[in-house]
Formats: sequence, C-alpha cells, structure tokens
Amino acid sequence: MSANKVANTQARAVRTISILLLSVLALTGLSFVIGATSFKLGLDLQGGTSVTLQPRIEDGQTGRVTAEAIDQAVEIIRQRVNSLGVAESEVSAQGTGINRQIVIQVPGETGRRIVDLVGQTAELRFRPVLAEGAANATPLGTDPTASVLPPGVTPEINAQYAALDCTLPENRQGGSSGNEAATIVSCDRAGINKYILAPAEVLGRQVTQASALLDPQGASGWYVTLEFDGEGAAKFGAMTTRLTSLPAPQNQAAIVLDGLVYSAPRINEPINTGNAQITGNFTQLESQDLANVLKYGALPLTFDRGEVQQVSPSLGADQLRGGLIAGILGLALVVIYSMLYYRGLGIVSVSSLMVAAVMSLLSFALLGELIDFTLTLAGIAGAIVAIGITADSFIVYFERIRDEIREGKSIKSAVETGWVRARRTIIAADVVSMLAAIMLYIFAVGGVRGFAFTLGLTTIIDLIVVFLFTKPLMTILAKLSFFNNGHPWSGFSAKSIGMVEKNPQKTGEVSNA
Amino acid sequence: MRKLSGLGGRLYRGETSIDFVGKRKIWYSFSALLILASAFTLFAQGLHLGIEFKGGSSFTVTTPSASIDIAKQSLTDAQITTQNIIQKVGSDKVRIQTDALTSLEQSTLEATLAKNFNVSVESIDSQIIGPSWGEEITRKALYGLFGFLLVVMLYLAMTFEAKMAISAIIAVIHDVVITVGIYALVGFEVTPATIIGFLTILGYSLYDTVVVFDKVRENTKGIAASGKTTYSKAANLAVNQTIVRSFNTSLVALLPVGSILFVGAGLLGAGTLKDLSLALFIGLITGTYSSICIATPILAGLREKEPAMQALAKRVGTRGDKVSTNTPTVVESKSDRGPRNQPKRDRRR
Repeated sequence: MSANKVANTQARAVRTISILLLSVLALTGLSFVIGATSFKLGLDLQGGTSVTLQPRIEDGQTGRVTAEAIDQAVEIIRQRVNSLGVAESEVSAQGTGINRQIVIQVPGETGRRIVDLVGQTAELRFRPVLAEGAANATPLGTDPTASVLPPGVTPEINAQYAALDCTLPENRQGGSSGNEAATIVSCDRAGINKYILAPAEVLGRQVTQASALLDPQGASGWYVTLEFDGEGAAKFGAMTTRLTSLPAPQNQAAIVLDGLVYSAPRINEPINTGNAQITGNFTQLESQDLANVLKYGALPLTFDRGEVQQVSPSLGADQLRGGLIAGILGLALVVIYSMLYYRGLGIVSVSSLMVAAVMSLLSFALLGELIDFTLTLAGIAGAIVAIGITADSFIVYFERIRDEIREGKSIKSAVETGWVRARRTIIAADVVSMLAAIMLYIFAVGGVRGFAFTLGLTTIIDLIVVFLFTKPLMTILAKLSFFNNGHPWSGFSAKSIGMVEKNPQKTGEVSNA
Repeated sequence: MRKLSGLGGRLYRGETSIDFVGKRKIWYSFSALLILASAFTLFAQGLHLGIEFKGGSSFTVTTPSASIDIAKQSLTDAQITTQNIIQKVGSDKVRIQTDALTSLEQSTLEATLAKNFNVSVESIDSQIIGPSWGEEITRKALYGLFGFLLVVMLYLAMTFEAKMAISAIIAVIHDVVITVGIYALVGFEVTPATIIGFLTILGYSLYDTVVVFDKVRENTKGIAASGKTTYSKAANLAVNQTIVRSFNTSLVALLPVGSILFVGAGLLGAGTLKDLSLALFIGLITGTYSSICIATPILAGLREKEPAMQALAKRVGTRGDKVSTNTPTVVESKSDRGPRNQPKRDRRR
C-alpha cells in the first residue's frame, strides 16, 4: 500500500465518521425542533386498556370479510371510542388483507368502559324520518302533549328528542343499533342534526350492491347507487311509495348505521325496481364513504373479543423500569466483556455500541413523532436482543482482522483486507436477521410486531454503524502506534492473537517491562 | 482470556483442531436422542399452554397483603366455578387464572377482588382471551414460521449454495424441536412472548450458521482443483476458525438475554420479558451447538456425496467418502499452513 493511498484512506475515514456524527447531531436537533423529545410508550408501559377484536361474518350468514368492511368497522369503532373523549385513544387495523384484527388502545384507567362498548355488532337500517331538527333543538311544538305531533311520535319520544343534545360527543357514541321495531331518537354522525325515526322498514342485509359513481354528464356529480334483493326491493318500494306523498321532513328515509344517521335522503319517487340512486352535492370522498356504509350494512361483521388487556399504571411503570434495567445491564455486560476480551479494541466496540444506542433511541423518539411508533415491552426486548447482533458485527470484523494478521499482514493492511471479507459476512448475517424481522412483522399481531419492528430497525442501524463508524474508526486507529505496533493492551498483540505458539519465550521480551 | 486468544490462533492455523465434521456420528446420535426425547415428552406431556392459547381470564392483584386464600375466597364470593389456577408471583402479587368469563362475571370478580384485597378496581391488571384467539395466533405464528423458512432458504440458496440452504434449515428445525422439547419436559408456560422467542431463535440460529458457512465457502473455493484437502477437512477447518467468533458471539448474545431473564424472572416475577428471554436463552445455546455440530457436518456430508468431491477425497488419500477422523488431518493442515506464517512473525514482533 503506497503512502499516498494510505493517506487517502485515512482522510476518507475521518470524513465518513464526521459525516455520520454530524448527521446524528442534526437528527438530534431535528427531534428537538419537531418536539420528539420523549418516547411514545405502549400501554403495557404506561398503563391502559387494549382490546383486540377479530372481525368475522355472523353465524348463519354467507359471504366473505372484505378489506373495505374492516375499514368501515374501524371507522364505526373509532366513532364509539372517540365519544369517550379519552385523549390519545387509538383504533387501528393490524395484520394483512382480510385477515386483520382491529386493535383498540385506550391509555389510562378510563378504558375499562370501552370493553363492552366496542364488541357489539353494528347494523344498518333504513328508517323513515318522523321529525328532524338542529342538534340541540327544543321539543316539537310548544306543548309536548299537543296533537300537532307527527303520527308515530309519542309524547315520551318527543321528551327524549328534546333531551338529546347531539352536540355532545357522548351522545354520538353509537354502539347500539336499537330495536328495529321501535321508534327511536338519533343523532347524525357529525352532530349537526337530530332525528326521530320510525321503525326500520328495510334492513342493511337486504342491500346487495352499493357503489359510488360519477355522472358522465356531470349533471348530478358524484352519486351512490344501491341494489336490493327481492325482499328488500319490495319493502323499499312500499316505503318509497308511501313516503313520496308525505310533507318534509317525513318524505325522507334515514340510513342508520350503528344507531347513527349517516344520510337522510329525500325520496323523490316510488322506487320499485330494487335499484336506487342517492344524489346530493357529494364529493368523491363523501359518495364513496356512503357506498362503503351501505356495503358494510349488507354484511355486518361481528367482533369476537380476541384479547383484552388491562394494565394498571403501576404495573406499566414496573415493566418500563424492568425493561430499562435489563437494557442497561445487558449493555454493561457486553461492554465489560468486550473490554476484557478485546482490550484496546474494546474501545472501538464500546464506542460503536454507544453510537448505535444513541441512534436507536433517537429513531424511537423520531419515529414516535413521525409514524406513531410506540415502544412496548416486547419492543424493548427486541432492542436488547439487538445489542448482541450489533456486537457480533464487531466480533466478526475483529476476528477477521486477527485472521489476516495471523496470515502475516501488517495491522494497517489487515484492517482493510479483513474488512472486505468481514463485510460480506456481516451483510449476509444482517439480511437473515432482517428477513426474520420482516416475516415476523407481516404475520404477527400486537406485541410481536413491536418486537419485529425494533429488531428490524436496530439491524439497519447496525449496518450503518459498522459501515460508517466502526470500519473508519479502525482505519484511523490502525495508524496509531498503540495498535499498529501490537501493544499488549491493544487487542492485536502477537500474544493475544496467538501468533507465538512455538516460541513462547520470545514474547517475554515484547513488552516494555 | 489470553489463553483463549492464543487458542484462537492455534485453531486458525489448524494446530489445534476439534474434529466436528469427522465425529459427526457422535453429534448426530446426540441430537437424535434429544429430538426423540423431545418428541416423546411432547406427545406424552404436551406443552403447558398459557391462557392466550386456550382462552381464559387472568387477574393480577398487587398488594402487600396478597394471599392465595383471599383470592380463593374471592372466587367463591363472586360465584366463579370454572377451573382456576391461583399463583403467588413475587412477594406482593397474586395471579388468578380462570376459564373464559363473560363481561358480567369479569366485572363481578374484579369488584370482589378489589373489595377483599382492599385495592381499587383500576389497580387490578387483567387479561381476557377469547376462545378462538389461540387458534388465530397459532395460525399466524405458523405462517410466520414457514414464510420465514422459505424466504431464508431461497436467500441462502441464491447467495450461498442450495446444499447450504438445506443444511441450515435442518439445523434450525433441529433447534426448534429441541427447544420445544425442553419446554415440554420442564413444563415452562408457553405464551405469545415465548413464540416471539422461538421465532427469534430461528433468525439467530441461521445468523450463526451463515457466519460459519461464509467461512466454509471461502475455504472450499476452488478446492476440487487444488487437491490439497477434502471438503470435509476444509469445512472442519472453517468451523474451527470461526469457533472463537461463535463462542464470543453466543456469549455476547447471551449476556443481554441473560439480563432480560434476570430482570424478567427476578424483579418482575412473570410476564413478557421472562417468557421471551427464557425461550431465547435456551434457543441460543441450541443454536450455537447446531451451527457447529449439525449444520456444517450435514453440509459436508451432502457435498462429499458429489462425484467431484469423492474424486477429490480419493486424490487426497482418504478412502471413499469416509472422512478421516484421526490426527493426520491435524498434521496435514498444520504443515499446510504453518510455513506461510513462520517467516513473517519476526517482522511483526
């Protein structure tokens, strides 16, 4: 290796490390700027309730669970959970395709109430509107007992209607589809209107098709079409025939899902064909949402309670402390071992581990802010396990360097040639580790995913650290005489790598004793 | 430590050589015995599955006055008559496991426990698992397992050799069977966290094997042309050369896992950390064993069956595809490598 080339390698090494360290600093700055200064903790670490629901088709029904149905179910459950007003509660679908679970997470102690709330089946019904008013409207007529009440509205219903304030989120909880044969009072989903609704005349199950379409002439913009089965067509025909002759608002039919009104279109004409269109100044999104509601109603899902976990804040704090202690203890043991075994090289391994640790913590904080990554106990365990994988990359490299020295190379060139060979091994091993993380993430639910995510993340960090920190650091250190001359404490001494088996007395003179 | 480092040098040059590949029948028999024992205990005893797999409810009350008697009384008071297990966890926790309860039964039991132990309902940690949940997560775990094995096999076959992929997968299955066997034998509880542990072991065991195979590949490159040594011997040298790394790696992996186990079992009593790290701890040990004593010998066995390798073995002077297990192996590779190292050592001093 020419002196020039060595100098180049050195300069490049210094540059690489500087760039990496500056990037870490920049990311630290960024995390402060966007306020990602703490980790988002999972419920097992901060306390709270987590419910995992397995959606399935109701017994006795045929059909398949569709991805849209699950999305709709998530919407319905989110509506129910949000009505509780717990900040940071989350409803999400996990897993892949139609085989997904719905996970509801509510931090703190208030979540106990949701367990019963979220599991109920949401049904779709078509109910004629008896009365419509603003969200907090007063009773119909000045005298609740007056005879001006529309047919079907009893004074009791009128009193219920008066008492219902749809501006309050807890009154827009849904969760109960109500008795289909009873007259009910109900809010619309957004909390703008409230209604008195007659008994259901057509059921969601009688819908066979629903889709959002754009009128090619552009006259009515986005609209929704729906089709009924034979029974549904007859009942819908009868309902529409009767409603068209009534005055507003009783010429409207409300589409009620999960006890909430999603839309209450006016009926313009009797529809006896079983094919209906709903028009209105819909945006594309609104029409698609309504079509999804109708489709979901056609095949409502039941939710099996898969797993309910309630963790008290004190257990959460215990688990967090336990995870942190285990992490620190694990890191400390690995550091002690590398110092004992690799002597001077231990510094390389320890500083690399520290860089990896800082990068991991930084990513947890940043990803928490950016993609809502939450740190769970399983996730912490994944990160701790990754300490071993990260440390192994150094071991592979160090052992390679030692092998090269045993082959008779100088330390300076061993650091370079050893790297070429170690690099391939490290990449192969990390790819396997990454594949494990990806497969776990795709197929698993709940805690396993957290574990897989941190394992994958730390594997990537391992690659970054080894390539951009450990290797350049070795190049720089190889220039120092402490390492280059094989000082007994450097980890490269002839004795410690076993170069001297046949002439042990010779090494006696090596040290400067 | 220093002695160990010196050993590294001797192993590298082949001066000290442990004949893993040649003595493969010993390892095979040992593993076969373990696998048979695992299979037997698995069928005879089965696994002790946690409620996550069977469905059921678990309640943990944390209070200094935690006692099994009060817990029993609470079950009676709440008129819960299902099968139940009551355990004392640590010094201040009592855990009650029952079959699946309805929401009403659950809230009644929670209220009774809160009253009898004089704690608030909110401080009770509970877990309720639906009866079909276990099937669901078992199915997912199996998908994950097969998906992972398939993908890794393809990866290894592409970047390494098809026979390396086969050997590595056999070694991994070996690890899982034995780890599951140990669980059946000792009766450790199997929870989803244990499954995470199992799946991670797969990754780790393969990772370990990949590092050894990488060296095997390097040592056996162009081996048929050189005619100096047989495949088995070259493979065995590779195992010996990477054994210091394997040892260090396993230790470095066991240290953090051991500390999770210590904290999980010692400080927290039970739960995710303990279950996960216990599976990892056992799996790491079998994983290291299998990558050295199972994966490489199987690979060597498979490769030695190839005509080119048999011809090579004949040329090198051993008979047929039998691998020589006596000292000449050691001497040979030493004389092979020794001189290259000799003259340069003085320069390095």
